[in-house]
Amino acid sequence: MIKTDALIIGAGPTGLFTAHQLKIIGLDCHIVDNLDKIGGQCIELYPDKPIYDIPAIPECTGEELTKNLIKQLEPFKIKFHLNERVDEVKKDNSNWEVKTSNGTKFVTPNVIIAGGVGSFEPRKFPLKECENFENKSLFYSIKDKKVLEGKTVSIFGGGDSALDWAVELSKNSKVNLIHRRDEFRGAKATVDKVHELAKLGKINLFTKYQLSGVKGSDHLENFEITHENKETKTLKTDYILGFFGLIMQLGPIANWGLNLDKKTIEVDTEKFETNQKGIYAVGDICTYPGKLKLILSGFHEGALAARACFRLAKPNEKYRFEFTTSSKTIKDRLGVKSD
Amino acid sequence: MTKITYIENNGKEHTVDVQNGLTVMEGAVQNDIPGIDADCGGSMACATCHVYVKDDWYNKLDEKSEGEDDMIDQAYDPKKNSRLSCQITVSDKIEGLIVHLPEKQV
Repeated sequence: MIKTDALIIGAGPTGLFTAHQLKIIGLDCHIVDNLDKIGGQCIELYPDKPIYDIPAIPECTGEELTKNLIKQLEPFKIKFHLNERVDEVKKDNSNWEVKTSNGTKFVTPNVIIAGGVGSFEPRKFPLKECENFENKSLFYSIKDKKVLEGKTVSIFGGGDSALDWAVELSKNSKVNLIHRRDEFRGAKATVDKVHELAKLGKINLFTKYQLSGVKGSDHLENFEITHENKETKTLKTDYILGFFGLIMQLGPIANWGLNLDKKTIEVDTEKFETNQKGIYAVGDICTYPGKLKLILSGFHEGALAARACFRLAKPNEKYRFEFTTSSKTIKDRLGVKSD
Repeated sequence: MTKITYIENNGKEHTVDVQNGLTVMEGAVQNDIPGIDADCGGSMACATCHVYVKDDWYNKLDEKSEGEDDMIDQAYDPKKNSRLSCQITVSDKIEGLIVHLPEKQV
């Protein structure tokens, strides 16, 4: 059980800067994120795309922005809990009890949701029957590649994950690679490698095909794919892997008793608090009249939510506003010399 | 203003006037048409504004931009005539455009 002044859900730019603001005013915090890395949408969706509307930074990529935000947090040694999704938020007297998918428990008076558009989940096959085999012989990620050794593995997708795994698994498994079109969107070197392995017969390549059926009782036995021109093929397989990127889902947040407007959470514009005392929402996931989904808005919202956390974290102290340029206390927290 | 018709997967039709210069995705969002999520807000990063465009209209639209097909790979149930509605700009040229919405976006 971890006790903390505030728990931030989401390690995107807004969550990161909110942590900075909490630490500046003397509150501690932990950050939980479902992804395996820090940066949220900036890292997952557009690491290489330039952003032009961060104040005082004429141009930077999602990755550069993330790196700089992490650098800004360095003095504070913040604990990140990556690869964990917050599943439960329950009231416990004046605190919130928070539980993650890994079983980590937090007790905190303040929960700040900086969840972007929800948590990233793998995109699945449209075919309903696939659910029967999910996590048994049909997977959307590989946890232990040993089980695939010597088996027939059929990989669907055309991006880096699909191609990297096709190349890797072709060493010890019989690999089918199926993609909806002729072009692949992976790194050129990997695409070339796949074509080379296909020529050598190490990878059976099926392009312009999509999954149209799966058959088996307990275990998957075969599946059917359909070509753009409607022709079908049935292939035997032991395993199916689908790599179609990630989608964003609000997930468990929908069950926490918060007022929602479509996929966003309603907040006030003073504390960015939701209808639940001590739960705040900042960044893309919050909504209020005039809301702009800009990173800079997230920074502003996080700064105000952090101040609001103070009164619940330290009810017997009074928050005093200070500038980083002149406050000795803040400079001590940052570990820099005062003049 | 340009008339755009959105047909939901269950056959329900919505014909609305959309201001020129907006995208077909924005036209749907502004008119509360169900079935277009547009999670990323139109930055071609999520494939949740996915639509199907029948042949006659498909060929009249401007060609897909670079990267659009890469995103469509990640859409729900992509087909040959799939487009991302955030990449179709509304103008007089597409007066009467009909787009079909997939069963769902995620």
